[in-house]
Amino acid sequence: MNTATAPNYELIQQDGLETSLLEISMGPHHPSTHGVFRMDVKLDGETVVDLKPVFGYLHRNHEKLAENMSYLSSMPFTDRLDYFNSMANNWAYALAAEKLIEVEVPERAEYLRVVMAELTRLVNHVSLIGFFLNDLGALGTPLLYAFREREKILDLFEQASGARMMCNYFRFGGLRNDVPVGWIGRAREVVDRFPVFLDEYEQLLCENEIILSRTQGVGNLSRELAINAGITGPMLRASGVNYDLRKVDQYGIYDRFKFRVPYGEAGDCYDRFMVRMLEMRESVEILKQALEGIPEGPVMGNAPRVFKPNPAEVYGRIEGPKGELGFYLIADGTPKPYRYRVRPPSLINLTVLRDMCLGGKIADTVIILGSIDIVLGEVDR
Amino acid sequence: MSHIVSHEPILMKFPGTNWDEEAGALVVPTAQAVAIATWLRDNDAFSLDYCSNVTGVDYLEREIKEKITNKEGKMETVARTEPSRMDVVYHLYSMQKQTGPLVFKQRTNREQPEVESLTPVWRSCELQEREVFDLFGVNFKGHPDQRRILMWDEFEGHPMRKDYTEPFDYEWEPTPHDEILEKHQRGKVIV
Repeated sequence: MNTATAPNYELIQQDGLETSLLEISMGPHHPSTHGVFRMDVKLDGETVVDLKPVFGYLHRNHEKLAENMSYLSSMPFTDRLDYFNSMANNWAYALAAEKLIEVEVPERAEYLRVVMAELTRLVNHVSLIGFFLNDLGALGTPLLYAFREREKILDLFEQASGARMMCNYFRFGGLRNDVPVGWIGRAREVVDRFPVFLDEYEQLLCENEIILSRTQGVGNLSRELAINAGITGPMLRASGVNYDLRKVDQYGIYDRFKFRVPYGEAGDCYDRFMVRMLEMRESVEILKQALEGIPEGPVMGNAPRVFKPNPAEVYGRIEGPKGELGFYLIADGTPKPYRYRVRPPSLINLTVLRDMCLGGKIADTVIILGSIDIVLGEVDR
Repeated sequence: MSHIVSHEPILMKFPGTNWDEEAGALVVPTAQAVAIATWLRDNDAFSLDYCSNVTGVDYLEREIKEKITNKEGKMETVARTEPSRMDVVYHLYSMQKQTGPLVFKQRTNREQPEVESLTPVWRSCELQEREVFDLFGVNFKGHPDQRRILMWDEFEGHPMRKDYTEPFDYEWEPTPHDEILEKHQRGKVIV
C-alpha cells in the first residue's frame, strides 16, 4: 500500500535537454542484497522516488512439502528457513507442535533450549552487524571479526548436534540428544569471553564518525507504522515499542531469567544497529544464568515419533532473532498436518522497505535493507 | 503469559459473526470484515493493533464419519458431507495491552473465492495477502497491489490448493520434434 507518498520531483525541462526518471533493477545478484533479492528502484538523479521489492527466487513451497509428510519429518526443513538460526526455527516449530500433543518437556531440555536459542541470537546479531558494516563500505574487517566469534559458537553447535548450521536438534518433548561431556564448560568459556569481543567491537564501531553520519536519521520508521505494519523483533524495538515475546509470552522458561529489553527511540538505522548490540549483552546475561542453573536429567520427554493429534488449530510463536517466528498448524487426526504455515518475520519486516527508502539516496537503500535483517531462505520459503 | 481476548462482546455487537468452537476462531461475514476489523483495532476494550499472521486454508468437500448415540441409545457411525470452502485466517494481537491471540476468519467458497482485504486496517497484511492470492487464488477486494509474490507472473494455478497437481516439468516448452519438426523444416508451422 502506498501510504508514503513519493517525494515531489520535477524533471528539468529545457530545450535540447531530455530528462527522465531512471529505473534500476538492483539485484537479484547485487552483492548487498543478502541473497537473491531484487529491488526495482526509480530514481530522480540519486533520490529514490519509488521502490518495489521483488522476491520468490528461492521459493520451494516449504508449506506444501510439510503438509505431505509427518510432523517430525519437517523438523529438518525448518533449519533451511532462516539458515542462520536453525535452532530458533526448530524451537518455534516444536513449540507449536507441542501444543497439539501436550507433552512435558524435561527441565534440562528447557534450559538447553534457552541456551541454544540465545547462542543463536548471538550468531545472528553478530553476523548481521558484520554484514551491515559490509554494506556501509567497511569491507571485510568487521565482518571477519564477527565471523571469528560466530565460528566459536558454531563449534559448540557442532559438538552438540553434529552440524554447524543445519542443526535439526529439537524434538517434540525435548532435544534429540544430550550435549557431550564438557560442553557446558566450553559454552561457559565462550560466553564469558564474548563481552570482551563486544567491548572491542563497540569501541571500534559505535562512535565511528562514518557510521554515525551514514546511519543516523536514515530510514526512519515511526512507532505507529511499525506496529501497524506488523514489524517485530529488534526492528520494532528500535522504533520505541517495548514488545518482546520472551517477556510477553514467557514461553519455555524465560520467566526465570533476569534480563532487560533494550529499545530505541528514533527508529533509524543506527537505532536498529544499537538495539542489536545491546541485545547481545542481554543474551549473554541470560546465557550466564542458564548455564549456571542447568540441572542434570533426561533431555527427552515421553513423546511418540509418529502421532495422530486430535483435530485442533494451534499457533505457536517465539521471539526469533529476526522477529516473531510463528507456526500455525491445523491437525485433522492424521499423522500429517492439514495446514502448516510459517509466519516469517523477514518477509513481513520487508513491508515497510518502500516507506523507509522513499526520498532517500540510492546508497541508503542498501543500508536500510541491511538494517532490516532478512534471510531469503525465510522470505521465499 | 498473554491473555486470551474474550469474544462475547464481538458477537453481541455484530450479530452476523459466529464463534467456531472447535477451531477457537471468530468467523465473520465477508461483507462486514473491514468494519469489524477496524472496530477491533480502534476499540479501547480490544485495541488489537497488531495483525501477526495471515494465511489461507483450503477445505475440499469431504466425508466425515461421526459417532453419535441414536434414539435407541446405541452408538452409531454416521457419515455426512462437509461442503468445500476456503478460509482466510488472521491472528490478531494487541501490543498495547499485550493480549491475544484472537483468530479471525473470513470464509468463502472455493470456486471463486473473494474476501475483503484488511490491508487498509493493518499494513502487515499487505505481503501476506498477496501470498494468499498467489498460492490459494483468493481475490482480495480493496488490496492496493494484488500481484503474484512468490511464483512467477506467468505461472498458472495455485499450488497450495489441496487439489493442485503439479506439472511433469515446470519449465517445459514445446520443442519441435517428429511431425511438428517436419512441418517446421518445411517452414509452414511454428508451434
